[in-house]
Amino acid sequence: MDATPMTDALMDKKPSATAGDAPPLLEARDVSKYFGAVVALEGVSLTVRPGRVTCLLGDNGAGKSTLIKTLSGVHRPDEGTLAVDGQPVEFNSPRDALDAGIATVYQDLSVMPLMSITRNFFLGNEPTVGAGPFKRFDLKKSAGIAREEMKRIGIDVRDTDQAVGTLSGGERQTLAIARAEYFGARVLILDEPTSALGVKQSAIVLRHIIAARNRGLGVIFITHNVSHALPIGDTFTILSRGRTGGQFNRGDVDEAQLHSQMGGGDELHELTRELEALAHTGPAAPPTAPPPAADAPGSAATH
Amino acid sequence: MASTTTAAPTAPGSGRLRQISLTQRVLARPAAGALIIVIFVWVVFLVLSLARGNTAFLSLAGTLNYLDVAAQIGVIATSVALLMIAGEFDLSIGSMVGFAGIMMAIGVTIWGLPVWLSIILAMILTTFLGVINGFIVVRTGLPSFIVTLATLFIIRGFSSVLTSTVSPITYIPIDPTLLKTDPLAQIFGFSATITNADGSTTSVQVSILFWIVIAIVGVYLLGRTRFGNWIAGVGGSSAAARNLGVPVARVKIALFALTALSAAILAAIQTTRFTSADILRGTGYELDAITTAVIGGSLLTGGYGSVAGTALGALALGMARQGIVFADINADWYKIAIGTLLLVAVVLNGWIRRRFAGLS
Repeated sequence: MDATPMTDALMDKKPSATAGDAPPLLEARDVSKYFGAVVALEGVSLTVRPGRVTCLLGDNGAGKSTLIKTLSGVHRPDEGTLAVDGQPVEFNSPRDALDAGIATVYQDLSVMPLMSITRNFFLGNEPTVGAGPFKRFDLKKSAGIAREEMKRIGIDVRDTDQAVGTLSGGERQTLAIARAEYFGARVLILDEPTSALGVKQSAIVLRHIIAARNRGLGVIFITHNVSHALPIGDTFTILSRGRTGGQFNRGDVDEAQLHSQMGGGDELHELTRELEALAHTGPAAPPTAPPPAADAPGSAATH
Repeated sequence: MASTTTAAPTAPGSGRLRQISLTQRVLARPAAGALIIVIFVWVVFLVLSLARGNTAFLSLAGTLNYLDVAAQIGVIATSVALLMIAGEFDLSIGSMVGFAGIMMAIGVTIWGLPVWLSIILAMILTTFLGVINGFIVVRTGLPSFIVTLATLFIIRGFSSVLTSTVSPITYIPIDPTLLKTDPLAQIFGFSATITNADGSTTSVQVSILFWIVIAIVGVYLLGRTRFGNWIAGVGGSSAAARNLGVPVARVKIALFALTALSAAILAAIQTTRFTSADILRGTGYELDAITTAVIGGSLLTGGYGSVAGTALGALALGMARQGIVFADINADWYKIAIGTLLLVAVVLNGWIRRRFAGLS
């Protein structure tokens, strides 16, 4: 798997680790989080198993961010428990979660565009040489590892001193994922990794998520884009207004169901109707050709 | 971006980078703009002073003269640049230079402490003020621009109040004989005398050595240590750095402390040289230091910058300030020159960053 270029064929490969009866890597049980009077999460449960992609779907404001922050040690749950390998844990900081093998890649906060690839890769985990006041950042070793790891994920960088800002959006996300994996992540939490990306760039990231799954990692893939979630998800958890809106396995659910479960289904229909009506009214001076109203519902549904 | 710039191939996989020349690699460094500025300033003032028939700018004495002026800015500018790369400002640094000097003088003249102890005490107290600056910034989450603007007034005011309780005038003289025999004062007030071929003498101030040593330590710290990587990371995005396990608050507080300490070092140099402390000493240094750091390629928004560039920026400022004197131009032009230099440097650095480092 290391040498072969990543292609769509990867998607069909079986995960190297099986879910089996082993305890889940990470589990949230009936987690609630309140900010004053605001109920951010209430009784939310989520399970992450090795070699499985758990898609977390929800509209804006559904509580996805709060849930990730709770799983990654930024927030502490007000109620409910987190468990790693079946053992209850408490995270007091993102560091605690990292030490437990839970790495979070935030959408736009994953890398520093003005820093080099090497410096980004090892930020917070710099290997050192020397002792005492001469203990220094081992840049040579770091550059070697960074180049190697980038190659492994399919990005050939000759110069790891190159600023990350010169990489594409997809490559930046991929760098953050590779970094998390290199530093011993067993659970990858990916916060909307594709939402700011174009189709091609999204494909780079999605392909890498599959590759990570195939290496036995547990992945939580947060998105509001159903068409990104469906092809790569093993299970789907829907979050709606801070509560679990439903949990499905791969194959038990289709795009339309997921949309309506996200709470966006009805609104989307409404929106489609509204847009259609608007298209029909048209500008004051009607164009010579009537607007192609027939295409509107289809294109809206596929986002 | 113009279509002629960095036409990097977008195909993934191999050949992701084009070959670039050595010149381009040098220009991709953050200090490149500052180097160009220094050469430019040197040439301009050389021509101006020679046009006036004055060769002092080119002479050893003239060079040492502007190096000393540059050093005084450079001593504080290194830590200011590091702080700026970490995404924070310290506007109170000038007030701290005044405060540290006053504390040294009060220690010697009022409390009767040995000079070395007064200097160490003043350094500790001033560093502590830096820690307070950092602590307030980290805890309140307020912009350091505002926090240190407040402490700029508070520290300067406090120095005045303190001085007025012990002296009817706004400066405190120190007995030069005490300074001559004190080990620490001898270091900070040191100057070597060179005898020229024609029998005249030129003095070399120790400030130049401090400046160079501090700059070298700064370059090492930023470029070669874990802490240096954290500085850039914190400035790039403190939230992301925190998520990666960087102790963001500690990094920021340490840098505020370092900035304050460098102010105290400058105060020790000035107090021992002038054998007095003045409540107004250091006024305006905060803006000089920020100007220097910006000429040196540091971004006001943090995350990017250069200590070597900052040292060059200090050199440019020193050259301009003394060059105007050597060229026999009205000293009022200095501020115009510095303002122009700052603008040119920002535009130049931005262009270099886009054109050669491929960053927008």
